[in-house]
Amino acid sequence: MAIKNISELEKIVNSELTSKVDNSSIIYDELLIEIKVEELINVINFLKSNDLCKFRQLIDVVGIDYPEEEKRFNLIYLFLSHENNLRIKISIKFEITEQIPSITKIFPSANWMEREVFDMYGIKFKNHPDLRRILTDYNFKGHPLRKDFPLTGFNEVRYSEKDKKVVYEPVKLEQNYRNFDFSSPWEGTKYIKEIQNKKNEKN
Amino acid sequence: MKKTKTLNLNFGPQHPAAHGVLRLILKLDGEVVEEADPHIGLLHRGTEKLIEHKTYTQALPYFDRLDYVAPMNQEHAFALATEKLLKIEVPIRAKYIRVIFCEIGRILSHILNVTTQALDVGALTPSLWGFEERETLMTFYERASGSRLHANYFRTGGVHQDLPQKLLDDIGKFCQTFPKIIDDLENLLTDNRIFKQRNVDIGIVTKKDAMDHSFSGVMLRGSGIVWDLRKSQPYECYKDLDFKIPVGKNGDCYDRYLCRIEEMRESVKIIKQCLDKLPKGPIKTIDNKISPPKREDLKNSMEALIHHFKLFTEGFRVPAGNVYSAVEAPKGEFGVYLISDGSNKPYRCKIRAPGFSHLQAMDYLIRGHMLADVPAVLGSLDIVFGEVDR
Repeated sequence: MAIKNISELEKIVNSELTSKVDNSSIIYDELLIEIKVEELINVINFLKSNDLCKFRQLIDVVGIDYPEEEKRFNLIYLFLSHENNLRIKISIKFEITEQIPSITKIFPSANWMEREVFDMYGIKFKNHPDLRRILTDYNFKGHPLRKDFPLTGFNEVRYSEKDKKVVYEPVKLEQNYRNFDFSSPWEGTKYIKEIQNKKNEKN
Repeated sequence: MKKTKTLNLNFGPQHPAAHGVLRLILKLDGEVVEEADPHIGLLHRGTEKLIEHKTYTQALPYFDRLDYVAPMNQEHAFALATEKLLKIEVPIRAKYIRVIFCEIGRILSHILNVTTQALDVGALTPSLWGFEERETLMTFYERASGSRLHANYFRTGGVHQDLPQKLLDDIGKFCQTFPKIIDDLENLLTDNRIFKQRNVDIGIVTKKDAMDHSFSGVMLRGSGIVWDLRKSQPYECYKDLDFKIPVGKNGDCYDRYLCRIEEMRESVKIIKQCLDKLPKGPIKTIDNKISPPKREDLKNSMEALIHHFKLFTEGFRVPAGNVYSAVEAPKGEFGVYLISDGSNKPYRCKIRAPGFSHLQAMDYLIRGHMLADVPAVLGSLDIVFGEVDR
């Protein structure tokens, strides 16, 4: 038996996991399940091994930074089930100090994805076999995708003809990065659309 | 007893068979690889961070620079994600144009991969023949968008400009002649003794491991898993097109090569069908709040002028929400996870590159193989560093 559509999947997940699910919603035809950090391993184990769900592929791990919120970081795990031809998103929110259990035991491909999240956001994973930086330079400091990290960074590199090696220097820009705020407070009017709709109805 | 010591070998980052800037640290026992540790990130440009500081229109060109051998396939994923958030429908003609260029991108990528894989195992001629065809295809890119590689042709809601009839005719002619070129390439490689010795039974991936390692695209299909997003979760007009999904049997480098060859033939079929069916009509959404007005309208219409000004300063606003949309790029599932906070810039744009998971499995694939198999396996993974490092 296969799960036919996304709302059926939502029902099954909700009834099987009951209290573990904090919230579930279907927006843009995508199912988002919000859970607590402690439940992560259990929920993912369930999704992978359950005979109905069969989410056997981890697509990606997405980190998001909301500096204003108390639970600053948000991780979204994307899964795909070939058998049901469905996708699911699992979301956890947590504070900066918390450690997240690694899911590398369940999905080996999570290894690099978690390393990337660690590199970009400084989120630490418990029981990760090899939590090193992955995309940034050797000896890089800071976590570039955090919202408080400046776009231009702190250091720049160049080859020094004098020293015959690559040197690191603080960023010096001829002109600072200009972040224009073009967004206007003017939201536009709604009545033009309403008049048009009425016209269409008459026709 | 003789004492043995493992040898640490640094492969790359400047090595012709590393397909870019891969630094691979290999632990060797004699000639047998015991462990491989890929160091990536040498081409990291912070695309995701840059996109957070650009409007949706300005963010699109960054996608050309990811997998730079098939630029428009990447643009497609981002355009689809934005359109999903905006809930707009793309005109039918634009859909067909997009599919034509995505399939051209697939051929571009597969030619590069098949021929360089052959180059890595010692055959020079295929790359000389193949690259001539790539040049023809890139001319089509240039005639549509103005540039051979970094096209920036797709737009939210359609494509930038309509295609001239002469270009469509020339693409049609190419579809007539190209299958012959594929035959020629196959003549050189498919039954070639050396090519087979270097690829058959090398880098075998089982079905289960392909799933566990998040493989997609040819890496999955080579292992016999029938999965193609164009068939299983059809986007654009793929539903109306007739094409087949080539699947491998053994999951080795040779099967993946065969899959790519067959996929090129299928792509030609798809392009032919699109050219036959290509309907007339607009090529981008007629919603003036999203697509900029025509040049001539600017001279006559005040409203068009305002729209133009607003779109190229503020850009359009996208309703708050988060979506994931994926396309079947030549290398596998290329996805964009887009989070909008309702402003004119994406709050977060996570790029899911297929090559990232494929390269991650390098250690699993190469363990127990000989050093000389490293380039063969790497070649069949179809790695492009633009998308792995982002």
